[in-house]
Amino acid sequence: MTLGAQNLVLGYGGKPVIEGLSLEIARGKITVLVGANASGKSTLLRALGRLLRPEAGDVMLDGKAIASLSTREVARRLAILPQGPVAPEALTVRQLVAQGRYAHQRLLRRWSDEDETALAGALDATGTSDLAGRPVDELSGGQRQRAWIAMALAQQTDLLLLDEPTTYLDLAHQVSILELVAELNARDGRTIVMVLHDLNQAARYADHIVALRAGAIVAAGPAAQIITEANVQTVFDVDVRIIEDPITGGPLCVPATTVRGPQVSP
Amino acid sequence: MISGLRLRLLPAPAPGAARTPLVLVATSLVGTAAFIVTLGLGEVSVAPIDVVRALFGQADADGAFVVTELRLPRALVACCVGAGLAAAGVVLQGLTRNALAAPELVGVSAGAHAAAVVVIVLLPDLPISALPACAFAGALATSGLVYGLSWRRGTSGSRLLLVGISVTTVGYAVVLGVVSTVEDLIHASQLVTFMAGSIYGRGWSEFGAAAPWLAVLLPLVALSIRELDALALGDPVARGLGVRVEAARLRLLVLAAGLAGSAVAVAGPVGFVGLMSPHIARRLVGGAHGPLLATSVLIGATIMLLSDALARLAFAPIDIPVGVVTAIVGAPYLLWLLVRGRTNPE
Repeated sequence: MTLGAQNLVLGYGGKPVIEGLSLEIARGKITVLVGANASGKSTLLRALGRLLRPEAGDVMLDGKAIASLSTREVARRLAILPQGPVAPEALTVRQLVAQGRYAHQRLLRRWSDEDETALAGALDATGTSDLAGRPVDELSGGQRQRAWIAMALAQQTDLLLLDEPTTYLDLAHQVSILELVAELNARDGRTIVMVLHDLNQAARYADHIVALRAGAIVAAGPAAQIITEANVQTVFDVDVRIIEDPITGGPLCVPATTVRGPQVSP
Repeated sequence: MISGLRLRLLPAPAPGAARTPLVLVATSLVGTAAFIVTLGLGEVSVAPIDVVRALFGQADADGAFVVTELRLPRALVACCVGAGLAAAGVVLQGLTRNALAAPELVGVSAGAHAAAVVVIVLLPDLPISALPACAFAGALATSGLVYGLSWRRGTSGSRLLLVGISVTTVGYAVVLGVVSTVEDLIHASQLVTFMAGSIYGRGWSEFGAAAPWLAVLLPLVALSIRELDALALGDPVARGLGVRVEAARLRLLVLAAGLAGSAVAVAGPVGFVGLMSPHIARRLVGGAHGPLLATSVLIGATIMLLSDALARLAFAPIDIPVGVVTAIVGAPYLLWLLVRGRTNPE
């Protein structure tokens, strides 16, 4: 499964958000798109997942223009979870996750053993088996996000696209969702592309970072090479210092300016 | 047997809430009881056991003629109307992701009604069996209009609803305009009754006109249940799952128009049934559309049966329009929904 973009122009009718962007997603790796608000990172992800039709250029999935594939074909190779999805009232986790099987079913071939196996696997991988009978709208934010990820997993695709999967979650749940994503990548070699807001989380979980500014790629590569003081200044317009992450040894970025001055412990 | 029927007719994407079969059996029993009891009520009252005997063809049963020839066709029409409106409500609420979407709110009922009234006034000789097709055409035209006007790089639920309200207003203006040209006062008063929603005097011909629509459209909706389930998760999610969102929405909109159109053609725009039935059903079986559709249809039919019995009996011998009864019950229900919606963060 390969995913990439060639001379992509993306927009919503007005001035293009992204103009002439090309990109290759590394197979079996975690790629994280970072950038300031309105940098085009979510727009790019939506186009990669065929939720947005390019105004020009192509998204290429396995060597074919994704626009030429049927919605169902795409859904069997690539799962995309948009930002902040909302489940309808009184839908159970099991019922939600089961919908991940849509692209594998036919009008007259309904729920099969294969579907049941995929469903159980998705629940198991996300630690939501115990929640299967609970309504999604009664779960905590973190549990809910796990259920949505389970739905995407039930599609059984090698490619998984996640748009800000940690939004609205508290720190503990953010960490647990990102750990889950890392696990999904490590265990099955899934290719993962996600948009993250937090640069330090990106640094920790990405094999490959793509930094966008105003719809163009500023830098792309391994976290240690990309997260530099100069790049962060360009991408986010913030003066930062890069220090070593005491846990991973990777880059950790802290803002350099504060009116409060150094805090000295007594 | 009931749950077996559900599994054959409505295979949900996956077995859902465990109590669905129980709820279906219970609602079927309540519906059947309501059917039998209300058939016995009226100027000539017939005991339930005699109603059953009459229904099974024992012509010598007490009141057999009243039951099978006068009340039965009207009760069957009530069931068709309630089931059709409820099913249309399930579809519309699912695809707009809006709990307030009901045939009468997104312009579908208004379009059906306007077309029916125009046809009744201009072509008084048209047979009743042609009326559902006309109402369907009106419903289709308005739902197409609503869909077209609310389409802007996809269709958002709230825009659909706002355009629907405008179209409804225009539809009722057309109806009022056409009715005001009718000089025959008796005919005009019949049309006004029709405006409120009534099945007074409806018989076998109306049943024959409405039932085939239901028999064809309900299975078609059942075949689109998975698309409806996916659309209820929002357009981007549905598309990511592999659903051709615009095509599926259009298909479901046409089915909803047909269901509501055939109901409105024989009963006028009976309010609140299409809104209430899916809500009650959702509380009983949850949000998956397979169980929801089956339960809503049963509840819609039961609500119409009971409402029509009240309409017949409350001020007997005056028959008030059944739409008045559903409005008296339904309006407070809608208000309660709104109040609950305000205190509930969702």
